[in-house]
Amino acid sequence: MYWLRRWSVRHSRALEATYQLMERCLLGIAPAVSRIGHSRLEKPVAAVEKVVKGALFDCQMCGQCVLSSTGMSCPMNCPKSIRNGPCGGVREGGFCEVKPEMRCVWVEGWQGAANMQNGAQIATVQFAVDHRLKGHSSWLRVMRMKTAELADTADIARTAHSDSSQLIADTSSQLSRKHGTTAGEDRE
Amino acid sequence: MKKGFEDEPVPGYPLPLLPGHSSPGRLERTLRAGHFVVTSELAPPDSADPAAVYERASLFDGYVDAINATDGSGAHCHMGSLAVCALLTRLGYALIQQISCRDKNRIAIQGDILGGAAMGVCNMLCLSGDGVQTGDHPEAKPVFDLDCMSLLEIARTMRDEATFQSGRKLDHPPHVFLGAAANPFVAPFDWRPLRLAKKIAAGAQFVQTQYCYDIPRLKEYMSRVRDMGLDEKVFLIIGVGPLASARSAQWIRSNVPGVHIPDSIIKRLEGAENQKAEGLQLCVDLIQEIRDIKGVHGVHVMAYRQEHAVPEIVTRAGVLEGRTPWHPSAYDGDATVQQHMENMQ
Repeated sequence: MYWLRRWSVRHSRALEATYQLMERCLLGIAPAVSRIGHSRLEKPVAAVEKVVKGALFDCQMCGQCVLSSTGMSCPMNCPKSIRNGPCGGVREGGFCEVKPEMRCVWVEGWQGAANMQNGAQIATVQFAVDHRLKGHSSWLRVMRMKTAELADTADIARTAHSDSSQLIADTSSQLSRKHGTTAGEDRE
Repeated sequence: MKKGFEDEPVPGYPLPLLPGHSSPGRLERTLRAGHFVVTSELAPPDSADPAAVYERASLFDGYVDAINATDGSGAHCHMGSLAVCALLTRLGYALIQQISCRDKNRIAIQGDILGGAAMGVCNMLCLSGDGVQTGDHPEAKPVFDLDCMSLLEIARTMRDEATFQSGRKLDHPPHVFLGAAANPFVAPFDWRPLRLAKKIAAGAQFVQTQYCYDIPRLKEYMSRVRDMGLDEKVFLIIGVGPLASARSAQWIRSNVPGVHIPDSIIKRLEGAENQKAEGLQLCVDLIQEIRDIKGVHGVHVMAYRQEHAVPEIVTRAGVLEGRTPWHPSAYDGDATVQQHMENMQ
């Protein structure tokens, strides 16, 4: 819904706080979710996600949500699928080049980001979407990625206790390589 | 032989790659040597006859440092960018291969980057592309698998890490100078310099802007760009072009997305006896004003349907300061090669 998605951008700060809270809850229930199995939960969670985010953001279920880095304006609503906008075609008054009746998703996004606590994330280059993830739950994906990150950090801490500082450096560089491709797209 | 190009090979063969350069191309050399560059854009023909391409390129001989080969600009069908590059690189021209994300996915695009570089294209302009609705096939499927930023990242990875986006190794990386587009003249003005910073982070080394008809707006943008230190990280080439008449300016303003033409410009054209001549003079005036802005490294003359006027505009603006950019007729080596090139042209 166009009006609701514009409302969401105007309330980007509150939605950001809500999401941060939700992310903590997601991490809390992560062990339980793992026991049930991600594949078993994929369909029902994706269905809920589609309804909630569909209403608030006109979510297209790309499966790799970046709303926290785009001022709570979903870039998938850009008719040119631009993940790092706005393009050079913005019309007078901030309207879309392709759909002149619609406000540019990215003009909205930068305004939304300006109100957010971590709005500066909009300056991070977002890589193109992985089309294999379309229709999948972003929430479960975040849960998996964050859990893996925490486990990695714990590993490093253990290594630090038992081994020399050289090993720490090695592990951190491995870690950054491992997460290098996904850094910045792991939000929401 | 022109200064800085003493190592100019037989046309069609690559120049040596200088230390610290990304490409063996003349555009990068000229920019790094501190010259004010001129680039222009070739309107690709609606024809399968290569003669049309040679003819259009030769209009710019001696007046431009590189020629943009557009990739379905305005979402209209024309001869493809890669084909124009193929025809012209074998004559030795310096090309800027435009790559738009509208018509091809990442598999095709990476293939084109390798192909272009293999033919001697040294500069690539990474664009998102106009939407299909502006073109002659509005019913076409827009691809947009990538956007310009992802495209820049992919091209940079191919060059610097010699891998495809998938991580698969390349045997030989494409030595290309990477470019992007910028439009300082449309909203949101506050964010435009930040988006330029993003493009630089993604890999842009030079930038060609949309048509500039609003100097105050450009000056404002450039002052933000300088404050952020971006003019030290990227070469900025400002887009200009002659307007044919007040009526065509009005039409462009309301029909071409992203082109901002202030009322004062339209009034100036309306008030002129010979509107076409005034449009040309306006373009010359703009170039001279642009040249004096700190942090600007060149102009990109887009003279749509007035390509023949480019030499006059460049000469009258005096921006080459006595330089004559390399062109095929400047080749003074082997007589057989010369004969061959004359036949082609």
